[in-house]
Amino acid sequence: MLGLTKKDGTLFIAVVLLTVLAPFILNPFPENSAMAQFNAGYPDLMQRFVIFGIFAMGFNILFGLTGYLSFGHAAFLGVGSYATVWMYKLLSYNVLPGLVLAIIVSGLFALLIGYISLRRSGIYFSILTLAFAEMSYRIAFSDLLGRFVGTTITNGETGLQVYSNDPQILLGQNGIEATHFFGFEMGASRILEMAGWSFTFNFGFYFCAVIFMAMFYMTIRIFRSPFGLMLRSVKSNQQRMNYTGVNSKPYTLAAFVISGMYAGLAGGLLAAMDPLAGGERMFWTESGAVVLMTILGGAGTLLGPILGAGFIKYFENIFSKINDNVLHSWFAFLPDGMENFMVTIIHPFVGKGWHLTLGVLFMLIVIFLPGGLVEGGQRIGRLFGRKKSEAEPKPGAIKPAE
Amino acid sequence: MAILEVKGVNKRFGGLQALGDVNLTVAENSVHAIIGPNGAGKSTLLNCLVGKLVPDTGSVMFDGQSVLGRKPHEINQMGISRVFQTPEIFGDLSVLENVMIPCFAKRDGAFRMHAIESVGAEKELAAKAMQMLEDVSMAEKHDMHAASLSRGDKRRLEMAMCLVQDPRLLLLDEPTAGMARADTNNTIDLLKEIRDKRDITMAIIEHDMHVVFSLAERITVLAQGTPLVEDTPENIKGHPKVREAYLGEAQV
Repeated sequence: MLGLTKKDGTLFIAVVLLTVLAPFILNPFPENSAMAQFNAGYPDLMQRFVIFGIFAMGFNILFGLTGYLSFGHAAFLGVGSYATVWMYKLLSYNVLPGLVLAIIVSGLFALLIGYISLRRSGIYFSILTLAFAEMSYRIAFSDLLGRFVGTTITNGETGLQVYSNDPQILLGQNGIEATHFFGFEMGASRILEMAGWSFTFNFGFYFCAVIFMAMFYMTIRIFRSPFGLMLRSVKSNQQRMNYTGVNSKPYTLAAFVISGMYAGLAGGLLAAMDPLAGGERMFWTESGAVVLMTILGGAGTLLGPILGAGFIKYFENIFSKINDNVLHSWFAFLPDGMENFMVTIIHPFVGKGWHLTLGVLFMLIVIFLPGGLVEGGQRIGRLFGRKKSEAEPKPGAIKPAE
Repeated sequence: MAILEVKGVNKRFGGLQALGDVNLTVAENSVHAIIGPNGAGKSTLLNCLVGKLVPDTGSVMFDGQSVLGRKPHEINQMGISRVFQTPEIFGDLSVLENVMIPCFAKRDGAFRMHAIESVGAEKELAAKAMQMLEDVSMAEKHDMHAASLSRGDKRRLEMAMCLVQDPRLLLLDEPTAGMARADTNNTIDLLKEIRDKRDITMAIIEHDMHVVFSLAERITVLAQGTPLVEDTPENIKGHPKVREAYLGEAQV
């Protein structure tokens, strides 16, 4: 199907179904139940799931396949956002030109940074990319480029946004004043009420989801192509590769540029959901987050980075919302002293302390499941598979003589 | 006809003269062994041939073209393949994929952006790679993880990866180093078969005299960075200078 093997085709269809049905799947708890705060099926978070899924997927093409660990991918995310907002300022709120420009600009930017950084490998490559991302962050935050050009480029600490005196030459008289795709507004939602449950279908989410699925399809193709095989052999043994007549440099550079373009697209989509771009999107913690997502889910696997992105974004948005009031209501059934004790114990791990929980989980996963969540899934699958085959021996199977 | 001509090659590492005025001619479709005691400069010479090192002076011509200043992948594309002392393979990949990579390199050159095609659709190359594995009797292991192979099988796999490209010159850096006797004999048989069946020139660096005398048609003895003698195996065996280089003067 679509040039994929049966196994990849099944995986692709599974991901498509999960994405399309996300508003249902992520909202398992009824609206008014105590568990409702664990629901993740609201537009803002669902958009983040797929956007950061694209970001991590692209990062995985570089890190998962070639083993080059970039610590500066947030720079491309930021560049994509800035490019998209500039298209709003100059043309109109239609996201299409912005997204196209985001991919082009981040690709060129990745070409420049990759060309220089890929002269070194290992830790030196990581440090170089980190340095470039920090430079980009400082340049964006101080609007250094703008000072040379005479007009603002990144609008400094305020962040780039659309003002009423911007040209917006394609906006016209009664143009839409919100981000849209040929008239369909990103913010438009339909809510389905069903016996206590409430499901939100947001156009912005489905717009991102369609792009996400297309990018996932492309990623599978890249993984299974001769190009992907070459990238994996870079990770495995670069010396043998060069003595086999393959020039590893252009392959790694191409992987770097492709993953930069994925990141640029993700940044563009962030700006498509919310027409703002700020320097903090280029901060090193963002670069670190995508590394965590990829390793947590399983570097080098197709599904891993997507799972990792979902996992981290879920924690960031759900665990951070649990404050002391929520905790008190949970433990209200306990005697007062015990209640306060439990709240004090759990307090550092939730709310603003969600990073702590994430850190502990990350350590546990890296130590016990070096292959990430995907390896966890495979182990569980194998466990069930073995039980099944032990329980019912195949008919006609011959026992070996002892 | 000479396929490889090394003329007046010097290489110095600081105060150490690793190669001093090396002249060497390897005839096409022959097996040429380079022997010598430890530190004689055998590996340095080999590294000068494959682009890992650049000699200070002198010239290295392969089939009438200079290889100096070219990168390893460019030299491979000219038709020189190299087998390493410890087998260099792609441990993370399957055995078949290991052999398919050199096939891609041979067909598509040093770089090609083939990101949309599928490896699974390359039936012709896969068949070629399978045939090669058949030739080194490893076909039944094509699905295995290359890192999990035995040392002898890794050597066979590396040989298959080089041979599938139909190189004109195969350089072997101590192909039997650290091998058990049985494995060494298997390797000798494999190399003999390659020599007899293919139009290929082989240059072997080797410590093991058994390997050298069973395979080589010409032998160059290197000592302290300079070629001592070059002759047929029969003449080398009893050559006084060779004994001297290997055993030292006091023994004579």
